[in-house]
Amino acid sequence: MPGLEDLYREIILDHYRAPRNRGELPSPPATRAEGFNPLCGDEVVLTLQVDGDTVTDLLVAGQGCSISQASSSMMSAAVKGKSVAEARQLIRAFKALMSIHESKLGGEGDDAGTEADNALDGVQLGDLEALQGVVKFPVRIKCATLAWNTLEQGLDETSPS
Amino acid sequence: MSLDVSLDVAALRRDFPVLEREFHGHRLVYLDSAATSQKPTSVIEVMDTFYRHTNANVHRGVYTLAEEATAAFESARARMARFLHASTPSEIVFTKNATEAMNLVARSWGGAHLHEGDVVVLSLMEHHANVVPWHMLAAERGIELRWIPLTDDGCLDLESLPQLLEGAALLSVTSLSNVLGTINDVRHLADAAHAADALIAVDAAQTIPHVEVDVTAWDADFVAWTGHKMLGPTGIGGLWARENLLEGMPPFLGGGEMIRDVTVDGFTTNDIPWKFEAGTPPIAEAVGLEAAIDYLDDVGLEAVRRHEIELTGYALRALHERFDDRITTYGPSDLSIRGGVISFLLDGIHAHDVSQVLDEDAVAVRAGHHCAKPLMRHLGVPATTRASFYLYNDEADADALVESLARAEKFFAV
Ligand SMILES: Cc1ncc(COP(=O)(O)O)c(C=O)c1O
Repeated sequence: MPGLEDLYREIILDHYRAPRNRGELPSPPATRAEGFNPLCGDEVVLTLQVDGDTVTDLLVAGQGCSISQASSSMMSAAVKGKSVAEARQLIRAFKALMSIHESKLGGEGDDAGTEADNALDGVQLGDLEALQGVVKFPVRIKCATLAWNTLEQGLDETSPS
Repeated sequence: MSLDVSLDVAALRRDFPVLEREFHGHRLVYLDSAATSQKPTSVIEVMDTFYRHTNANVHRGVYTLAEEATAAFESARARMARFLHASTPSEIVFTKNATEAMNLVARSWGGAHLHEGDVVVLSLMEHHANVVPWHMLAAERGIELRWIPLTDDGCLDLESLPQLLEGAALLSVTSLSNVLGTINDVRHLADAAHAADALIAVDAAQTIPHVEVDVTAWDADFVAWTGHKMLGPTGIGGLWARENLLEGMPPFLGGGEMIRDVTVDGFTTNDIPWKFEAGTPPIAEAVGLEAAIDYLDDVGLEAVRRHEIELTGYALRALHERFDDRITTYGPSDLSIRGGVISFLLDGIHAHDVSQVLDEDAVAVRAGHHCAKPLMRHLGVPATTRASFYLYNDEADADALVESLARAEKFFAV
């Protein structure tokens, strides 16, 4: 049985209590994206500034549980200053991180695992790996991925892939 | 003279096998009966026996087994009618749940009687089951929805009711809020509706399991209920409606059972209540429901209600004593108009995080919007944690809740 410490790692609680990059950029010029988890009311509002190929600024607003809010804070720290391509790679890698265990937990075939491994290959997730424990709590995965789906939405708007 | 109607909870608990389970080394503290109740052995066994012994489709076969199944199914209808003090079993329409019952009212009665500009009055404390069907009708044919506001302690604010009801065709309200616990005075609302020449539909999903209901004394027109919250199985609920109303309503779903005759040119409908029961109904579920009603009657709803008032008061006091101004609880403070439901927020900790910690102590509560988003918006909170009590809960359960919350507070302490 996974314990609370698997879910609420110290670094997650730190981001929850002291969220980074809080606020909203004026939009326009910034792009605004809203993510909503209808089941639990978690809400993430991203405003991001993309100049050329770089996410030059990114602020997070909204409200929700510690996992959704910590995940958005960590996401903002990881993505700010990165190129759009790197940001998209992080999105893929993070989603892979959230699915890899899921498929292992579910005892499904290897395919999902291999695919996930590919997405994770060579990507430095750093602090984000602390969120790995979330997959042991399936109902909370949506909390962790909310910020990332919202980021994807925002990027699709500014720089369609 | 002392009236001893207190429940022997320890004995009752033994009737509910799931309560013997342990999670993470703790006994299950089940505080989510507002979502669904647990089932006593008698309900589980009677359904098992039905499948082993009596199973056949109803209203179709001439053979003895089918007759027995039909008799069992119709006996449940009669039992439910008696339980609600309905004047005849044909006023009981079985559906899948309360949600389907409200949809039946909106689709069938609303479909026949409501036209553009007609008014349906709802309240801000409604479950989505009594909101979305009306939104759907509003989108389709432009009916107007009006909303009864709430007072600060979570009661219906009835000051504007006469104006809201002016020209209205229907008042559709809950009799017990699944978030606030508020018990509404249905008779008063029915009188107000009728005085305005409107009908009244009551979402009694949270009332019927806990408080004795007499639909005639309520003077209601429609009452929706759901079996799984009243110790019965999932998959069965229903609508009570006055016979003359049902007679005048067009069918809801089409198919077998609900017809008298079908030709290549059309069909004629069966008598009530079967007119509204298309297809094979929840037969074993009806049998289980009857056993659930028997169980509730044996225990006595009056004793259940008294027990829940005491337990809710105890839990509210314990929560406020322990967490002081760090907890916000919602709903009326007057226990006589409050069911066994406590929605709350613990300062600075999201409802999901609270219930995650509670889960580790095997304390099962609900976190979220409780299918009442207009109410959550009104309260200005995205989610609350909700503990709800039933006849198998006791003070030890409330204590476990408080202790586990204290742990959550400590865990998330800044
Ligand atoms: C007040 C109220 N109405 C309606 C319902 C819907 O019940 P069901 O899901 O069984 O249709 C519920 C259950 O959550 C409820 O609490």
